[in-house]
Amino acid sequence: MTDRSEMFDRLKGLIEPFNKKGVEVVETTTFAGDLEWDSLTVMDFVAEVEDSFDIIISMNLQAEIENVGQLVDAVTKLTTA
Amino acid sequence: MTDLFSKFDALIAQREGLLATGVKDPFSLVMEEVKSPTVAVVNGKETILLGTYNYMGMTFDDDVIAAGKQALDEFGAGTTGSRVLNGTFQGHKECEDALKEFYGMDHAMVFSTGYQANLGIISTIAGKGDYIILDIDSHASIYDGCKMGDAEIVAFRHNDVDALEKRLKRLPADAGKLVVLEGVYSMLGDVAPLKEMIRVSKEAGAMVLVDEAHSMGFIGENGRGVAEEQGVLDDVDFVIGTFSKSVGTVGGFCVSNHPKFEIMRLVCRPYVFTASLPPAVVACSAASIRKLMHNSNKRAHLWENSRNLHQGLRDLGFQLGTPNAQSAIIAVVMPDLEKGAAMWAALLENGLYVNLARPPATPAGMTLLRCSLCAEHSSDQVADILNRFERAGKAVGII
Repeated sequence: MTDRSEMFDRLKGLIEPFNKKGVEVVETTTFAGDLEWDSLTVMDFVAEVEDSFDIIISMNLQAEIENVGQLVDAVTKLTTA
Repeated sequence: MTDLFSKFDALIAQREGLLATGVKDPFSLVMEEVKSPTVAVVNGKETILLGTYNYMGMTFDDDVIAAGKQALDEFGAGTTGSRVLNGTFQGHKECEDALKEFYGMDHAMVFSTGYQANLGIISTIAGKGDYIILDIDSHASIYDGCKMGDAEIVAFRHNDVDALEKRLKRLPADAGKLVVLEGVYSMLGDVAPLKEMIRVSKEAGAMVLVDEAHSMGFIGENGRGVAEEQGVLDDVDFVIGTFSKSVGTVGGFCVSNHPKFEIMRLVCRPYVFTASLPPAVVACSAASIRKLMHNSNKRAHLWENSRNLHQGLRDLGFQLGTPNAQSAIIAVVMPDLEKGAAMWAALLENGLYVNLARPPATPAGMTLLRCSLCAEHSSDQVADILNRFERAGKAVGII
């Protein structure tokens, strides 16, 4: 099982190419507010995460994920299920 | 007190900003007179209609109008009831019979709008624990159907067969799966690779629903849509369609060969808990659907119009949504909303109506001037349309 900081670093690495504003990425960074991602960017990013971890992040689940910490939790759960 | 309308402030400000630049409001246009499927009077001016989805020009067809008048006389103005109570008249059955014949399918169910057809079928057949896999650029009625139901929603990149296949493979093998596709996507007018998408869906054990709203009547040998054109209609479990485009009236439907399909009439809430279509509407629709079965000359002319408009706009230097004419929708890409609204207004001043489409309805945040052709547009009208585009485009500085 991947530990939390390792998962955070991996996801942070996936966020960076989409982090056009150069926002500092921490657990509480929000996708809509801080990173200012529109729906198209969200879709591209979700596809990246899904393909990197070979998982599905349903739109129902996406609706509950607002910040990076929540994404770390969700992906951890999906990859250890 | 918190004003519940404060959530709309950003949109209100954007709209006011746009109107302050002096353009007419693109979203409150009134057709004062409608002279034919291709000409109306707007702001007192005779205007060519190039944004109505009235693909086959059936709105003023003599037989269609005669059928409607007769039904109005014989069955009255409305049904005042649900399809499952007092709202199914002879005309509703005749309309469903016409659809079954048109598609060569066993079952047909007529809804009061196309929106309700997607809302009802999708929310009802995919339940808790099931998965709906849909194209990210799906129509609002598809998304709303998903939101109304209890299934898990999985989106894939627009028209990307690999992305669809990968996601299907990651889902539990024994879970119920519904793949939702459209034949023609209405914003750019591009066609889906249904053949490949349906193949990978079937391999994954999924049922397939295809919305053929923008292809009925003129794509495919019998006008049954993109699935027919690509030779895969037999593998489609549910076809969703509308009367408000090629058929020329209003209403929606689902056709299917599923042996248990008729149960939908009892469990589908947007079918049960609303009044059925008025007698005149179903009579017009049935007459129109029957005429659409035999219309190869009109279909050929519509394709000719679409190709000529696409080629002509490209030659003038406009940026278009598709590299070639794939349907009767030609989308002209605008640099931004302000220029798009200015161009829209300039076209209207030149006596030409098109749709102004903007986010969130459009993909990739684009502003589009969406043109939809009609089989009743003459070749001269298409040439005239191109002249008006040239004048307006130069006036606004887009070409």
